[in-house]
Amino acid sequence: MPIPRPFLPGRRTLLRAAGAGAALAVVRPAAALPEAMRAAIAAFTGGVVPREGRVRLELAELVENGNAVPVTVSVQSAMTEAEHVRRIALFTERNPEPGVAVFHLSPRNGRAVVSTRMRLATSQQVVALAMMSDGSCWMASMEVVVTLAACVES
Amino acid sequence: MSEPAVSDASSPRAPVRALVTLPPQLRRGEPFEVRVLIAHPMETGHRADAQGRRVPRDIVRRIECRLDGELVFAADLHPAVAANPYVAFPLVAQGDGTLAVTWAGDRGFAHAMSVAVTPR
Repeated sequence: MPIPRPFLPGRRTLLRAAGAGAALAVVRPAAALPEAMRAAIAAFTGGVVPREGRVRLELAELVENGNAVPVTVSVQSAMTEAEHVRRIALFTERNPEPGVAVFHLSPRNGRAVVSTRMRLATSQQVVALAMMSDGSCWMASMEVVVTLAACVES
Repeated sequence: MSEPAVSDASSPRAPVRALVTLPPQLRRGEPFEVRVLIAHPMETGHRADAQGRRVPRDIVRRIECRLDGELVFAADLHPAVAANPYVAFPLVAQGDGTLAVTWAGDRGFAHAMSVAVTPR
């Protein structure tokens, strides 16, 4: 017996639902972070709640080799004595340890941008945080798919 | 890029190779990129060897960069930084000076090298 049409989700409804799911996967609230990562971030911020924005995280979305993944973090800041970035940090969700690196900056840097190469043990979320001279904290995050993981546990 | 400064100073283990690279032309008061690289395995401490024994952690933990003695950049590294740790950051120089870079890590690892900074 044919099911009446109103009870079947249309193609557009399904597409919309899939789109919403993808968006949720990319921007997850801090509360959804694993405990170890949340604790490491809290230790870095000193309890200040990070806000989305001002930080730009540049990292390939699809990584072939997780052993050395280029990553650049830049922060919108005039880098003056009155207003500058003090620290930039990188965290991962599913590496054996959440912390990757902490970079210490000052107005002597002129701009707020740092680059390095990191290991990714598996596909996961990467978070970049910036602590400003006014005590505020800003963040950006990204989901990264890794095809060949860094051999950190084998 | 100009000819990068290379150091081969001896340390407790094998000779250490490190690079500190500046752009060929620096302008007074304008940010330029400093690239710092050192040969180091960055052993994570989470790996096991062929016999199944855990390989102890052996990483570079901190990089410090001083321009004429003033700390202008530092990095605290964890095992998730890739082998042969590479860090790039901007710097502003108001005049001629010396950029001194130091690396410190597990098992007493220490290395230092300096490059001349000569903006126009």
